Amino acid sequence: MASTDQPDLLTLYRKMLLIRQFEQRLDALFVQGKLHGTTHPCTGQEASAVGACAGLRADDYITSNHRGHGHFIAKTGNAAALMAELFGKATGVSGGRGGSQHVADIAGGFLGSNGITGGGLPIATGAALALKLQRRDQVVLCFFGDGAANQGTFHESANMAAIWKLPLIFYCENNMYAMSTPFACAFPTPHVSDRAAAYAIPSRIVDGNDVQAVIEAVCEAAAYARGGNGPFFVEAMTYRHGGHSKSDKCEYRTREEEAQWMLKDPIVRLRKLLAQTIPEQEMTAAENEAKQAIDDAVEFALSSPDPSVDGLEDSIWTQ
Amino acid sequence: MSEIFYSQAICAALREELARDPSVYLLGEDIAGYGGAFRVTRGLAEEFGPERVRNTPISENSIAGVAVGSAMLGMRPVVEIMFMDFITLAIDQIFNHAAKFRFMFGKQVRLPLVIRTPSGGRRGYGPTHSQCLESLFMSMPGIKIAAPATPYDAKGMLKAAIRDDNPVLFVENKSLYGMRGEVPDGDYTVPLGSAQVLREGGDVTIISYSQMVHECLRAAETLAAEGVSAEVIDLRTLNPLDMDTLCASLEKTGRVVLAEEGHRTGGVCAEIGFRLFEKLYYYLEAPIKRVAALDTPVPASPVLERYVLPDHTNVVKAVREVLSEE
Repeated sequence: MASTDQPDLLTLYRKMLLIRQFEQRLDALFVQGKLHGTTHPCTGQEASAVGACAGLRADDYITSNHRGHGHFIAKTGNAAALMAELFGKATGVSGGRGGSQHVADIAGGFLGSNGITGGGLPIATGAALALKLQRRDQVVLCFFGDGAANQGTFHESANMAAIWKLPLIFYCENNMYAMSTPFACAFPTPHVSDRAAAYAIPSRIVDGNDVQAVIEAVCEAAAYARGGNGPFFVEAMTYRHGGHSKSDKCEYRTREEEAQWMLKDPIVRLRKLLAQTIPEQEMTAAENEAKQAIDDAVEFALSSPDPSVDGLEDSIWTQ
Repeated sequence: MSEIFYSQAICAALREELARDPSVYLLGEDIAGYGGAFRVTRGLAEEFGPERVRNTPISENSIAGVAVGSAMLGMRPVVEIMFMDFITLAIDQIFNHAAKFRFMFGKQVRLPLVIRTPSGGRRGYGPTHSQCLESLFMSMPGIKIAAPATPYDAKGMLKAAIRDDNPVLFVENKSLYGMRGEVPDGDYTVPLGSAQVLREGGDVTIISYSQMVHECLRAAETLAAEGVSAEVIDLRTLNPLDMDTLCASLEKTGRVVLAEEGHRTGGVCAEIGFRLFEKLYYYLEAPIKRVAALDTPVPASPVLERYVLPDHTNVVKAVREVLSEE
């Protein structure tokens, strides 16, 4: 099912490393007091972000959520502009207005991360409606978490997308916790995707820490949606290594559970797979390059000017 | 030029814009076929098809979000929210996305979208079908608010709103739907952000918008018989506000009464009145007065509803009060 032009594993590995390095660097920068505000790291979920974007065409669209750094880097590759945004600089993706969870790259197909849980679902639905009305053949993939599936927007959007047969992939990253609330406390069914059937949306559950499995699932979903059949639902099972946000000490989950999931670390898994065909020094080089890219991103951010307050009030509207 | 109803003027604007621009489409509950709860869009689905005059499930929040998402990719959605009361269900998408995306995404997006909604009472529909919630939207930066009082302005301002590249809340007080007026048959626009002096006068300035404008005009007639020369200004747009027109009038009269159908506390009049106070304190010859709904839900019983909602008699009383101040 996977398309023939999908990137090779080493390219995927590089992207996942870039995301891991980005998130780990943010951690360090916050500890050092160099960053202001908050962040919702996606460490541990890199295969899901990279695989989902790799299963799409370059001109397809995505919407993202509060845990969106990985989605942004996977889709656009632009870690430097995202880092500058975290630093509140003029060169940031949103010119310093959005911060960690409010960035977009419309030309790059990234229709916005979102600080409102479930907020992106109707945005993605509307984008898919636009594509259908404009007779274009792209699809929209909407990233959301298990927590967002309990918002009304999920049900409203799933219903609309289904009755209108929109080219939309509902892509749920089920990381087992909505902030501190365990999945089983918020869902009466074993899976989020059990809900897809209520809207006659085909679905599949995938190991979200297996980048190849994610790509294959998204390729299938994209082919279905692009074919005019309507939306498709993918539930990627994954786990965030860190807390919900930077201040979270994860007191609601056990260290044993965390250790179990660390064994399924998507980057470690992909590295093992790569080791079968790629020399060790090439992988080490990729790791050093990712680290260097993040060093450069921080340097770019630090050397960038602060945003000007001039014209701030006039920029609310298109003049 | 034809004499048509306010509702027909809205429909004419929608028809002409649908014909003019293929990126315009309508979205709302029961708007195709049925024509919406107030039959404003009746006939448009037959003319333009169910893709562009699109019935939705009852999902106000996602309707608003879908409008935003489609606008991001170049469409010009015109949403109908069946009653303004129901817009509370869509406030998440309107406040957090429609109002913010351009700003917070560093000016990358344009959001040309219109949300039309019938407001107001005087029909006995009761507390959740009678509200005027404009002031909520006035306090949220990023949303233009149009609230025309006549069929002429309704058509011209709706066309301007649809062509605007920003989110516009378009308020149609439902008691205006049955009002007749002269409307040009062809294309014209009335720019957003410009108030209009409907009646010139030198003793007092009466400022209002939407249906209450007609109560103010009636009050001005009553006052004229008493020898009072009242200037009546229709705001037409609540955001952006045309403060220049208001200030010019107040500099002339020195006395002002503001009137709205919404609640008194934190209302449209409260905001504009304070702005006038800040700008023109030294011109004021009397305290500013406001006429507004009582701070209660709008009751269903005609007797109670009349008690809660303001009309021309309240305006007359307020004008007499500001004129009695030395």
